[in-house]
Amino acid sequence: MAYEPVLTSHVNEPNSFTLDFYQKNQRGYEALRKALTQKPNDIIEQVKASGLRGRGGAGFPTGMKWQFVLKDTPKPKYIACNADESEPGTFKDHVLMERNPHLLIEGCAIACYAIGAKVAYIYIRGEFYHVQQILEAELEKAYKAGYLGTNILGSGFDCDVFIHRGAGAYEAGEETALIESLEGKRAQPRLKPPFPAVEGLYNCPTAVNNVETLCNVPLIVLNGAEWFAKLGPEKNGGPKLYCISGHVKKPGVFEASMHTTLRELIYDYAGGIRGDRQLKAIIPGGSSVPLLLPDQLDTPASFDAIQKAGSLLGSAGLIVLDDTVCMVWLAMNLLHFYRHESCGKCTPCREGCDWLYKLLQRIERGEGQDKDLDLLFGVANNITGKTLCAFGDAAATPVLTTMKLFRHEYEAHVREGRCTLPADWRRQGPVLAGAH
Amino acid sequence: MSFHPQMEYAPARFHRSERKLAEPGEPFKYTAENQAKFDEVVKRYPPDRRKSAILYALYLVQNQQGYITAAGMKLVAEQIRCTPAEVEDVVSYYTMFYTRQVGKYVLNVCRTLSCALLGAERVTEELSNKLGIKPGETDPSGTFTLMEVECLGACDRAPVVMVNDDWHEGLTPEQCSKFIDDIRSRGQSAFTGCHLRKEK
Repeated sequence: MAYEPVLTSHVNEPNSFTLDFYQKNQRGYEALRKALTQKPNDIIEQVKASGLRGRGGAGFPTGMKWQFVLKDTPKPKYIACNADESEPGTFKDHVLMERNPHLLIEGCAIACYAIGAKVAYIYIRGEFYHVQQILEAELEKAYKAGYLGTNILGSGFDCDVFIHRGAGAYEAGEETALIESLEGKRAQPRLKPPFPAVEGLYNCPTAVNNVETLCNVPLIVLNGAEWFAKLGPEKNGGPKLYCISGHVKKPGVFEASMHTTLRELIYDYAGGIRGDRQLKAIIPGGSSVPLLLPDQLDTPASFDAIQKAGSLLGSAGLIVLDDTVCMVWLAMNLLHFYRHESCGKCTPCREGCDWLYKLLQRIERGEGQDKDLDLLFGVANNITGKTLCAFGDAAATPVLTTMKLFRHEYEAHVREGRCTLPADWRRQGPVLAGAH
Repeated sequence: MSFHPQMEYAPARFHRSERKLAEPGEPFKYTAENQAKFDEVVKRYPPDRRKSAILYALYLVQNQQGYITAAGMKLVAEQIRCTPAEVEDVVSYYTMFYTRQVGKYVLNVCRTLSCALLGAERVTEELSNKLGIKPGETDPSGTFTLMEVECLGACDRAPVVMVNDDWHEGLTPEQCSKFIDDIRSRGQSAFTGCHLRKEK
């Protein structure tokens, strides 16, 4: 644990969100000053060399994304910052925006300069109203100090950063759905291609980047691509924020390098399992990824290693599950989420999620039959790969992964006609069933 | 005989909206202050893309009258320069817009996994018992509306309740009754707020 945090080094100090603090303690806006003396293309090259991968979930190289943004076009270009942090188990961008907002603002400005945009929109989820107030106040200070607006630092570069408040839609975190929502429509995904880099916001070239991704950009410009890459394993460079929640003693956001194993994250950073119970499974990257088992605890929490272990790092939202968790209930809870949040554009997802939820509800209540298990498997498999965006795959994952690893629990539910969980840990009653 | 096994289908309200929009009465108008706010924000978007400001325009309507009526949507349509149907299309999609009167305090209990693992189901149950209403309903005095919502993004402080635009973190089932009494007597100061704000 000899890792020195760089993104969240000061977040627990008083007033860490202010411009003064940022300039004094974090070399605030030096990166922007340095970037403006370089050619935009050099910045893209640096980000590419650093190996920075998108922190929103897909882990796509940010430099490549920027390079794909159409250069020779008379149309304006845009940066859309994805601050619609809605993946269950994820709460890292929240900390960055609330306690270190200037890092994000600086990242937005540099990103705009690199791809030749003049406007960045920060799409923040509607529930983060308290975060938005801080961001807005700090944006105003950045404008006053001349870090945003026209002719920034005398370089002739103009850049505006605006905040756009969403209104409660998980799907708005998908990049094309985010663009639709920014345009004032329902947050529903678009058919790709064309990708946003060619036709995004207002049909203009757009780069959509996660908050944490953009916060890494000033660090790369300031300290160099090599420094950044060396912070983590090969192709998984840089600092990473991990959100740990569920049955741990000390849940929270922890910054670490991607050398760190899941065991270290859960037992050292988050203090171990609550009540010193047995670990049953881990969701390593937000609710949309497959489960990992305790014997995989020594996997480093990097994009590549977790993928090799059979799951995905996603948004690095670790949900820790102890031995009291019923896996059928878990799938049911998550399918309630996906059923509610499905945008309704693609039939397999819209109808499939509802169907999966009802089947799971029936099995959990103890009314399931053997053939329901095959049906469950069949429906889930008929959603994956048949939708416009990754939501469909994400929604089927909780069912497929629990059926793969814990099929005996499903069978026990059917055989015994009840939830096999000891009834006392959670009074899961029918009191509120059906009240959605 | 059907190919699919018999299963209970959702109640009719799940498929067919029973929302009744408030009858258009007096035309709705922004206050001068809200109109000025809207005119300022709409400038953030290209002139031919006024529709981008629709969510902001709707928030203003909701803040001014508590929920969004047909008259409110009509005004937004005029401001955005689109049809009222397009506005309703948006309103009906986003969960943070209310088309019915809600209580002074809207208790949004997060019910997704991390909160549910730590007792969110019981929190809803306790709140429901205390207030004598089911999720989705408003109590007779119009003070509280109870809602179940999906992940609020504060999983480390589970279970979380969003009250209007504010947060209350780590609410245990045992505290629920006192929590309601506290809101009744102390109002907004009863909420813990976001822990990140308090530590500054």
